[in-house]
Amino acid sequence: MATATATAPENPLVEGLERLPVHPTTLVIFGATGDLAHRKLLPAIYNLGHEGQLPERFNLVGVSRREKEHEDFIGEMRESIERFSRTSPKPEVIDALLSRARYVPGVFDDPQVYQQLEQVLAAYDDEAGITFNRVFYLSTAPEFFPVIVKALGESKLASCEGAETRVVVEKPFGYDLASARKLNDAVLSVFDERQVFRIDHYLGKETVQNIMAFRFSNTMFEPVWNRNYIDHVQITAAEDIGIGSRAGYYDNAGALRDLVQNHMLQLMANVCMEPPISFSADQVRDEKVKVIQAIRAPTVEEVPQMAVRGQYAAGREAGEEVPGYLQEEGVPADSKTETYAALRLEVSNWRWAGVPFYLRTGKRLARKVTEIAVELKPVPHLAFQAQGSLGVQPNQLVLTVQPDEGVSLSLGAKIPGARMRIRPVNMEFHYGTTFLSQSPEAYERLIMDAMRGDATLFTRNDEVDGLWRVIDPILTAWEQDRGDVAQYPAGGAGPALADELLAREGRTWRPL
Amino acid sequence: MSEDVWSAQDTSPPAIEAALRELEMRRAAEHAGYVPARVLNLVAIVDREWRGEIANRLDSVGRYHASRTVLCSVERGKRSLDATALLTYDREPAPGQVAVVRERVEIRMGPERLAGLATIVDAVILSEVITVVWSPHGHDDAVDALLGLAHVVLTDSVVEPDPHAALARVARLRDSAYVVDLAWLRSTPWRERVAATFDPPQWRGELRRIARLTVRHSPDSVAAALLFCGWLSSRLGWDPGSMVARNEFLEGRARGRRQEVKLRLEPVRQDVPGLAGVTIETADGMSISLDRGPGGLAARRRDPRGEEYAWTLLGASRGESGILGEGVRQALLRDPTYGPALDCAREMVG
Repeated sequence: MATATATAPENPLVEGLERLPVHPTTLVIFGATGDLAHRKLLPAIYNLGHEGQLPERFNLVGVSRREKEHEDFIGEMRESIERFSRTSPKPEVIDALLSRARYVPGVFDDPQVYQQLEQVLAAYDDEAGITFNRVFYLSTAPEFFPVIVKALGESKLASCEGAETRVVVEKPFGYDLASARKLNDAVLSVFDERQVFRIDHYLGKETVQNIMAFRFSNTMFEPVWNRNYIDHVQITAAEDIGIGSRAGYYDNAGALRDLVQNHMLQLMANVCMEPPISFSADQVRDEKVKVIQAIRAPTVEEVPQMAVRGQYAAGREAGEEVPGYLQEEGVPADSKTETYAALRLEVSNWRWAGVPFYLRTGKRLARKVTEIAVELKPVPHLAFQAQGSLGVQPNQLVLTVQPDEGVSLSLGAKIPGARMRIRPVNMEFHYGTTFLSQSPEAYERLIMDAMRGDATLFTRNDEVDGLWRVIDPILTAWEQDRGDVAQYPAGGAGPALADELLAREGRTWRPL
Repeated sequence: MSEDVWSAQDTSPPAIEAALRELEMRRAAEHAGYVPARVLNLVAIVDREWRGEIANRLDSVGRYHASRTVLCSVERGKRSLDATALLTYDREPAPGQVAVVRERVEIRMGPERLAGLATIVDAVILSEVITVVWSPHGHDDAVDALLGLAHVVLTDSVVEPDPHAALARVARLRDSAYVVDLAWLRSTPWRERVAATFDPPQWRGELRRIARLTVRHSPDSVAAALLFCGWLSSRLGWDPGSMVARNEFLEGRARGRRQEVKLRLEPVRQDVPGLAGVTIETADGMSISLDRGPGGLAARRRDPRGEEYAWTLLGASRGESGILGEGVRQALLRDPTYGPALDCAREMVG
């Protein structure tokens, strides 16, 4: 669809403004009464409104299967905003936001729902005398994604004369490679790729974006950022909590689908990618896709050598006894779903050939931390060895994504005294001490980007395909494996088998 | 919030700096997770009797706290140099996490010391971060004395009743430091919204046809209204002339690229400083108005056929503490449009 901006003069008023204008937009949330919408999306939309960041004109439409009156829907939205907003909500702002909200009830494959939706959208346009951009946000269970997309196409809502139409698809995008391809086919049979925004909220985190800034705006790191100087990389996404009330979702997904296939491989792609020519959406994603395609996917037979899974057993967390995964409410007693996964991956390209990437994620581990640790090779000759310098360690660069965002570089330094003895010291940078502003919620950033049409932080179809290609053989191998899943005590560091994954190459995991 | 405090009478700048270092070392020895913030110094020069009010404003800036705040409290008749230094932290560091520590120093002194204030402050501020100077109670001499070490001067051009003098003062400060003007920051939502209103491609062309601009403002905020007019003038290439007083209004004209633009500033009673409303009319008969309203700015558009549309531009008021916090944050950024807007505003006050 051609846009009018191609021939319009520049807007000289935007110079110097931190927040650039966004075209008037109607945001339609499918699954508007669901948990994600109430906990994340509606508070994020409110916060954007509170801070004056929403488009100059903004409407919100909720579509959901639950029959309810408009007033009830508005009341529930208000409650969610008041409960989950990161800013202290102002009643007058909530009122103004909700005065532009409508509710459309109905099942997602019912054409009447879309007729009613079309009427609501047209009424907004008529009332304002302009055509609003339309963003359809699919925040439903994944089985409804193709249903909604198909219905949007059939009801001619996938495009709009004089305005942009976009679709935001929540994760999980597929259950395996085949289902992801099928879903991609379904979405792309209705929308162009440039209209599609596949969310991975991890990419909206400030610290994830900072990996690129860190790598490509500092001269000192890039010369050593390769196989000649880097010994190995460890990527950790550890959680200290269990599955809580998410048994229904989690037991079908497991750690590999929940965190590795999307978030952790995206972190790895950010670490490994070549510098893009510019930070436009496609330039950045082109480079990421190249790296993802270079990650060597194992054969099913190779999986036991490069992947470990585990399930948390009963143990102690923060001093209290906690149940094991199989005792959690809603989890089948014979479940083989992994709550822990560790992988050894390699990137087959000139920069990274031979450098192992160790990824681990798990629930009910000792500590909540997400970090990327890059360990450099040891110095070629240690002149201090003879003088009792047992503390000399290879340099480690650690990028912490959460909870304390920052960068830490370990260096060898002389211990004060007459002898030349060395021990590692840390040079640390913490976001909280160096920047005044707190990072915005990832969903705020991503919702604005989708409304703005900037897809840089969203996953492209070939990325999705590449990510599943790496994970698919592991899923297959684990499904075929009839043996028991290794147990690890809650509050610990994970299964012993994961330690062996590194130990056979003379390495150890960083302590949690 | 917890605090570590040191206090001394008849002290010296090196002693204050040493005391701060000692407090930090003790805090770090207790737990390595205490990490001092290292973003910027804020040197505030305040009258002793109003120091509490300023301290409260600084406490309420939200997340935009200075790393080290040096409050120079000026007290008539005071001979000695007294000081209090304290470290504050919002929480104890959790395992594996850090707790950010901020430092605040209050130095009490007589006005005679202001001419040499740099020799006091220089020893107390952090040397590796930028220094912002703010003097909400006047004391221009103290600000001038600190220009050698200030990277940024935080000012509020609506405080000075005479807009001509206020804008001239800011222009002079800009020769020595980057200026963050709170009067300008109060107009940020207005500028963003006007930019957004004309952003749809079909309306960008209307910017060249603007024929009349009316700015409604708090009676004490003429300078803010002038800066807003100056912003539009500089961005749209208008050549503004001097404004003249007509009753309680200020009126003038600017030469636009296509036609003359009539300018009018209207004082309006309101509880807060800054702008109250803006109306922009084009030669074709299109009109856009923005006014303060519940939940944001109330917008009204009348198209050339006379049809009217009304809506609300969402946004919560930031309040004066929020504006001050924004001022601290802006000290780390650079706005290329303020200088040209200021130059145009000065043209309008002759």
